[in-house]
Parts: sequence; structure tokens; C-alpha cells
Amino acid sequence: MAEKINNKSVLLNPFSKNNPVIVQVLGICSVLAVTAKLEPAIVMGISVIAVLAFSNVIISLIRNTIPTNIRIIVQLVVVAGLVVIVDQLLKAYTYDVSKQLSVFIGLIITNCILMGRLEAFAMANKPWPSFLDGVGNGIGYATILVIVAFFRELLGSGTLLGYQVVPDSFYAHGYVNNGLMILPPMALIVVACIIWIHRIFNKDLQE
Amino acid sequence: MNKQSNTYTILYIIGLIVIVGSALAGTSLALRDRQQANADADKMRQILAAVHITPDAKNIESDFNRYIVNQLVVNSQGDSVASDAFTIKMPAQVKLPASERSLPVFVCRLDNGDTKYILPMYGAGLWGPIWGYIAVDSDGSHIYGAYFAHQGETPGLGAEIEKPAFCDQFDQSRGLNLFKGDRFLPVAVVKNGQKPSGDEDYVDGISGGTITSKGVSDMLANCLSPYQSYLKNLSGK
Repeated sequence: MAEKINNKSVLLNPFSKNNPVIVQVLGICSVLAVTAKLEPAIVMGISVIAVLAFSNVIISLIRNTIPTNIRIIVQLVVVAGLVVIVDQLLKAYTYDVSKQLSVFIGLIITNCILMGRLEAFAMANKPWPSFLDGVGNGIGYATILVIVAFFRELLGSGTLLGYQVVPDSFYAHGYVNNGLMILPPMALIVVACIIWIHRIFNKDLQE
Repeated sequence: MNKQSNTYTILYIIGLIVIVGSALAGTSLALRDRQQANADADKMRQILAAVHITPDAKNIESDFNRYIVNQLVVNSQGDSVASDAFTIKMPAQVKLPASERSLPVFVCRLDNGDTKYILPMYGAGLWGPIWGYIAVDSDGSHIYGAYFAHQGETPGLGAEIEKPAFCDQFDQSRGLNLFKGDRFLPVAVVKNGQKPSGDEDYVDGISGGTITSKGVSDMLANCLSPYQSYLKNLSGK
């Protein structure tokens, strides 16, 4: 029974109380890069969930055999291998999306969330909790990515998933897309706003 | 066995790399045909986009074979030297001096019987490569349409070159010509409201995407100039 509760919190904590982006402030680099449009952000989120879950499981399975002094290298090799496989699969089955994401899939390797979870969780836990931890953190990351991309695409391009949502009559009355939203600094400011709102409702996180 | 010993560490990492390496090689081999087919289909789609044909994802290959009636490779004198235009690698070609290049030409016959000549282009934007296809009428001068694409230009800025707003400036209705009398002058891309120094035809660049626009302009000049003799011969016919 105790383990069940544990598993649930492992899966659900990263959504809010222990969110990798807005509480641990990890993986900010890719939040800047892929959130100018919604579609790449969604595919990026899914890819990170997959890579994080499976690398967590693999590292957890071999955690007792890894020599301590090369454990980071071993983690990196596993992550890099998985990322390349994901990239190859995207190229083979969803060519258009992989074209949009181009280099960003490769950049999953450098995502701090992955190394963070592998080192902090998978090295010390059994495969099943590690899998849940990977999925939970991946979804926590993807959620923030999608929220940020939603606002940046809506205000920066007037579209969502490539479809025009701001009506033409707005533009006729002098409304202009905010070009600043497309540039990386606005991703940080949007993330900061999310953190601000999140902490209003989670007083225990306030410092 | 002592898991902290050097021997164990070295053997462990060798084993790991062999496993991961073969997994990657296996994935790559298993998916290569599919990826190549995707890349080819995408290239066909882009070539057809230059003549305003947008086939469904399923019919790309059959449409390509139906509309593209001839493929040839010409040299800078305008002589046809080969016929495997589709397999020519543009990134390598554009680095050669104009006189040594193999220049691919895709001859397209439209539904109304008109013949268009589609020429590939390849150049550099701000962050990475940009490329495109430009369709020329059978007089060898009037531009019928163009398609541009990029690898990683800034969304909303340089990346706008692949949007209709930019590509449509090369539409036949704009009356862009590559020849002014006898002189060959590739189309220039200039800032809104400005004019090029010569009397070549021009289109507006992208605001905030100056370097990408400049890249398009350079690409047009670099990639179309070698076709000069070929296009001149076309108009002579």
C-alpha cells in the first residue's frame, strides 16, 4: 500500500508542486527554442516524455552495474542513443514535423531535466517508479511548453497550430501581431508569469 | 568483480557502446529506405510547388512523373550533358565555379500544354541553408513562379520566405523577367520601398529578416547566372 501512494506521488508531483520547469527551473533552454509555434512544442513535449521515460527505465535497470566514476557518461550515451532513435523515427514517419523541429530534437540530449532525473531518481530507484517519474516529469515539462507556445503563437503570429484565429477585422482596426513574442526573451517572460501565477496559489513555494 | 576497477570500467563502456552503436545502426538501416522516400517525395513536392501544383501527399510521385516530362543536366554553355537532374546534389554544385557546375533543369508540361523550366537553387540564410525552385516560361526570361524553403531561419522573420506572401511575389502576374533586352539580370530582393542599384526586376524582402532576404538575393544571382546561355538558347527557339 505504501508503495502505491509513493508511485502516485512520483507520477503526479512533477505536474505542479515539483514541476521541472517552473519549480526546479530546468530545461529552460529548449523552452526558449521551440515555443514560438504550438505544433513543434507539442511534438517536442511528446518526444521528451518518450526519451525521459525510457532512459529512466534503462538506467534504472542497469543502475547496479554502472561504475560510479563513469556514470554520467553512461547516462549520456543512453540518452543520446534514444534521442537519435526518436529523431530517425520522426524522419521516417512524420517527415513534415521533423522538418519543423530540425535541430531541436537533437537538443533533447542537452536538456537538463533528463540528466537531472537520471542522476537524482533513476540511479536510486526500481524501473517501474523510474518509468512513472520519467512520464510525470515529461508531462510536467510538456505542459509548460504548450502553455508558453500557446501564448507566443497567439500573440506573436495571430495563429494557433498554423490556423488563423485572430479575425481579419481586428487587423483592419489597427491590431498588429507582437513581433517581440516570437523572439526568445518573451519565452522567459511568459515562463516568469506562469511561475508568478503558480506561486500565488502555492504559498509554500514562496521564498 | 570489483565494479570500481579500471578493467571493469573499460569493459563496461566498450560493451555499452557496442550495444548502443548496433541499436543505432540497426534503426538507421531499417528506416533508411523510408526516410529516403520521404525526402524524395518532399523534393518532388517542392519542385511542383514552383509551378503552383500542390499534389496530395499520396499522389506526389505520380503527379511528379505526369507533369515533369523531361529532366536534363546542362553545362554553363547551355549544352545538355546528362539526364539525371533529380540526383544532382545542389549543396556541392553551388560551391563550384559557374563553368564547372552541372545544372539541373526540370521540364514541366502543365495541363494547358504550356512548358515551364524549373531550376533549383541553393544558398545560405542567417542560421543555415536556404533553397528553392524557380519556374521560367518557355521564353527563358519571364518568371512563372517560385518556391523557397529553409532549414532553420527565425520563425516569423527569416522563415517567412517560405510563406505565400513572399513566394507569390514571384508569381507570373508580377511580370518579373530575367533578361532586360540582351542583358541577363537575376531578380534582386531589396528592403521594402528601396530599389536595386541596377535596373533588374526586384521583389520586397522580409522586414526583420534582412540577412535571410539578402541570402535569397545572393542565391538567385549565384544559381541562375550559370543558366544564362541555356535560357538564351530557349528564347532563340
